[in-house]
Amino acid sequence: MIESILNSDQAELTQGSKKSSPVVLSSRVRLARNLTSAPFPERASLSQRRDVMTKCSGQIALLPMMKNGLFFDIVDLSDLEKQVLVERHLISRELCDIVSGSGVFINKEQTCSIMINEEDHLRIQFLKTGFNLRSLWNKIDSIDAELESGLDLAFSKEFGYLTACPTNLGTALRASVMMHLPGLVISDYMDKVTRAVNQLGITVRGLFGEGSDATGHVFQISNQQTLGESEDAIMSRLGAVLKTIIDHEINARFKYLEENRARLLDQIGRAFGILKHAHVLNSKESMNMLSLIRLAVDFEMLPESNRADIDRLFIECQPGHIQHAAGKGIEPDARDISRAEKVRAEFSHFPTLAFDKIKDSM
Amino acid sequence: MPNILKCCQCDKPATVHLTQIVNNKIIKVDLCESCAQVKGVTDPSGFSLADFLSNQQLAPDSKDKNITCKDCGFTTVDFRRTGRLGCAFCYHSFSPLIRPVLQDMHIATTHKGKVPEIVLSRQMAVAELQSLKDSLQEAIEKEAYEEAAKYRDQIQSFNDASESKKFT
Repeated sequence: MIESILNSDQAELTQGSKKSSPVVLSSRVRLARNLTSAPFPERASLSQRRDVMTKCSGQIALLPMMKNGLFFDIVDLSDLEKQVLVERHLISRELCDIVSGSGVFINKEQTCSIMINEEDHLRIQFLKTGFNLRSLWNKIDSIDAELESGLDLAFSKEFGYLTACPTNLGTALRASVMMHLPGLVISDYMDKVTRAVNQLGITVRGLFGEGSDATGHVFQISNQQTLGESEDAIMSRLGAVLKTIIDHEINARFKYLEENRARLLDQIGRAFGILKHAHVLNSKESMNMLSLIRLAVDFEMLPESNRADIDRLFIECQPGHIQHAAGKGIEPDARDISRAEKVRAEFSHFPTLAFDKIKDSM
Repeated sequence: MPNILKCCQCDKPATVHLTQIVNNKIIKVDLCESCAQVKGVTDPSGFSLADFLSNQQLAPDSKDKNITCKDCGFTTVDFRRTGRLGCAFCYHSFSPLIRPVLQDMHIATTHKGKVPEIVLSRQMAVAELQSLKDSLQEAIEKEAYEEAAKYRDQIQSFNDASESKKFT
């Protein structure tokens, strides 16, 4: 059912090579919205949820953004297909646990997804590669305006947009940036950074959000509070913190290179060897090795164009993607063999690491 | 015997003691080893004490008044148990319970973001219509039929006007 998602040559995260950048993988904004006509999804009956689906679907289908987009009813998706959509950050894990009365619209470019009846009636998400919060906000704001012209949204002057969980109240805006922070992890600064940004109302999570670990040195960094500040202020505050993190990451990388040159080059070289020649590769190992190769691109030991290949492999090496590509019912061991095959094939086109071209400073 | 701290989740002896500054306040949490594991406390990158606390603040309180939402039947117990609300109207029903929670959870307790004018104008229209209906009912009860006819006509023209801009 999701083949068109996987085979698309316009998918932002896997084909968005033009805007690939060091440190920031992608940016995301999401808005939670609810209708006044029904209880929040968890409390609503199946018929109320279906009614919300009908109302919202009618309005979403009118969005120019969703022209040539796709709609998936949750009942039509297999567990594996759901997992693939989670790995592409198009749906949430929470949506996967819902049995019926929910669904998701995804636009052709896979930049916009609108989940219906997840924790809230509507979860609108806009996503782009690179550091892009402002332009994402402008886009999601216009989608929101188009939706509210036809839907009776729950809003109060005091509390703002009303959401099932009070943690999302107010703007109901979560802005997050996916960051690649190997420098901070290798130098053992990540805990310090996490604690410092927590105190500024910013949350640091692993690749797949709450509870997920930081495999591949990839972190999701987002605003924690949604009420009491304007959307603009939320993004400015988050943006300022992110810029500081980027500076710290770059400094940590060069400092580590200066102090532990042989060790770092050894780690990168070994990672390259493993990815090029391994025959069994689990998900965690592949992510951690790919992370070091992304770092090698940033150090100019590999051409810039390879960064997009690595970002695509970050997604395509996830268990759901490997299993979906191999066909159903594949055992974890076979999955690791299949992953290694895929990575070997990709890396056979990579040039060798240019250790002599390494960039020593900014 | 020394006072052994109990896990705030399950009452077993606490072995993990966390202190963190959240919004300029020192906050302490005591957990047993298994609850610490479950809550992800052992993974600093995936754990935020502030998130954890947002649920803690919702723990049942014996001083709570029992409120039930008129719209969806959600109760104070449901709110304390899930940390969520049942419907949009719950924010009105439970506002005395919600406001203190919001104070620690967010930057401030009132909305400063965008205001959907179109939604607000609809809300005002609904309130206005309801007030006309109430007045009509009152006039009928008083047998003030002339007055009632006036309200009926106003309701009619109100309905005609909103028919053209109908929403779902």
